Amino acid sequence: MSPAIFAATTIASRLTGVFWRRPKLLLGLLLAPPLLWLGMIYLGSLAALLVQSFYSFDDFSGLVVPQFTLTTYAKLASPANLSIILRTLLMALAVTLASAIIAFPVAYYAARYARGRWKAVFYLGVMLPLWSSYLVKVYAFKLILAKEGIVTWAASATHTDWLLNAALALPFVGGASLSSSYLGTFIVFCYVWLPYMILPMQAAIERVPLGLLEASSDLGATARQTFWTVTLPLALPGVIAGSIFTFSLTLGDYIIPQIIGTSASFIGMAVYQLQGTAGNVPLAAAFAVIPILIMLVYLTLARKAGAFDAL
Amino acid sequence: MPFNASRGLKVAAAAGLAFLHLPIVLIFLYAFTTEERSFAFPPPGLTTQWFAVAWARSDIWPPLILSLQVALFSTLIALILGTLISAAMAGAKFWGRESLSLLVVLPIALPGVVTGIALRSAIPILHLDFSWITIVLGHATFCIVIVYNNAVARLRRLSGAILEASADLGANAFQTFRYVLLPNLGTALLAGGMLAFALSFDEVIVTTFTAGTGAASKTLPIWMLDELIRPRQRPVTNVVAIVVFATTFLPILAAYYLTRDTAQAAVAQK
Repeated sequence: MSPAIFAATTIASRLTGVFWRRPKLLLGLLLAPPLLWLGMIYLGSLAALLVQSFYSFDDFSGLVVPQFTLTTYAKLASPANLSIILRTLLMALAVTLASAIIAFPVAYYAARYARGRWKAVFYLGVMLPLWSSYLVKVYAFKLILAKEGIVTWAASATHTDWLLNAALALPFVGGASLSSSYLGTFIVFCYVWLPYMILPMQAAIERVPLGLLEASSDLGATARQTFWTVTLPLALPGVIAGSIFTFSLTLGDYIIPQIIGTSASFIGMAVYQLQGTAGNVPLAAAFAVIPILIMLVYLTLARKAGAFDAL
Repeated sequence: MPFNASRGLKVAAAAGLAFLHLPIVLIFLYAFTTEERSFAFPPPGLTTQWFAVAWARSDIWPPLILSLQVALFSTLIALILGTLISAAMAGAKFWGRESLSLLVVLPIALPGVVTGIALRSAIPILHLDFSWITIVLGHATFCIVIVYNNAVARLRRLSGAILEASADLGANAFQTFRYVLLPNLGTALLAGGMLAFALSFDEVIVTTFTAGTGAASKTLPIWMLDELIRPRQRPVTNVVAIVVFATTFLPILAAYYLTRDTAQAAVAQK
């Protein structure tokens, strides 16, 4: 065999040759560490979670019985637990709808009218709250919604106490103060997840071709008609993409209802409390399977609606 | 299409932005109040003493240092793993590519409580003790996607031709990585790393599941959560909140400026 023109002298250049001849080897070497990490730590954990949800918990000994059974899921279907699931779903739905309504003007203005400097202001103005500390944001609302806090002060300064009191007197959602009512929990959820709704919405509105809007007005549609029949349907995938976040995040949160709201339980709180003091990991795991299932259904529907292209 | 926004739209957009920012301003204001037992508004008086009080409180320093340590290690692991995945994904198409991109996103796509309870139920099976290392396990897992998103966006814009040019000029794979790929990826990785750091430094939901019960695994967000549930000197919590806010705010701002040309790809994907 004749020597190569450029002899591969060092290990590095020899390896380079090997990688060139066998690209799959390089791919395997690149992927092995992350696959090991995600596969073992993350997928392994999810599998452990699923397995544990089929175990049961002995109330007398306080121990997990590692035998396959469906009794844990039967317990999950008890009226008390079903009402927790229903409450969480209703909250997630309400938060998603409200965030969409509050987010739309911001996203619409940022996408259609903001230019140059203002574009950057809107972009950072949404991005910074999105990334800034979750706990700090929740804490801010503890200050705001407290009975002695700024909302009560502002209401009495503007003589709108009656409005605040009427809202608090509402059945079911009201309470002694905003910080101890469903209304308060709802406001904080909307605040914390709002940026997640604005961004995909803005991206979707930006993608609506201007030519279609011009065509619509050339054909005699009023601005209102153009909005309802052209802009909104075309921006809908963005709205659905945003709703994936607001819905999923509300389903799994347990800090916000714990700090602001009634003491009524949500799925996240149930998971946390069951695994913590009670040590009932099987029921906690079964509870955690619920948001996974709901999100799988939600994601499938969202994919059909074309929301993934808007992400 | 009208070229000027209607007044109603302007007001609603401005109100939306204000709604996002005013609460943070109040956090700053309440750090200076003289009232330590309630959230009375307007504050009865203003003082700067709480900054000195917070500085002297011995229960704040260990959580702060732990949080920095956890964020640092998680970011390092996420940087390595995230870069490796993005390099593989930027190259050839291969079987399971779509599943892999789903797997990377899953830790932040599923609610934090799911990731948390999953790790919580797996850690005892692996016979690991809950400690700061188990916190890092969880944080690194959901930080990978942040680095990955930034790196893969940059790699997509990078022409494959410069890698071929490098090989034609006689560079071996490692030299190409060191002198061609890395300098091009540099700012994207820096931005991704800073965002991952901010995310880890601030994370509380997964942390409450993966941290032990002892004081040795109490991160700053867990300290804050305790103060929210059982408040002591409330303005001190505000001072800490400002520190947490600044520690996450500055890296985010830096990441934005580093990747401004591809900004949509960088900070837009939490």
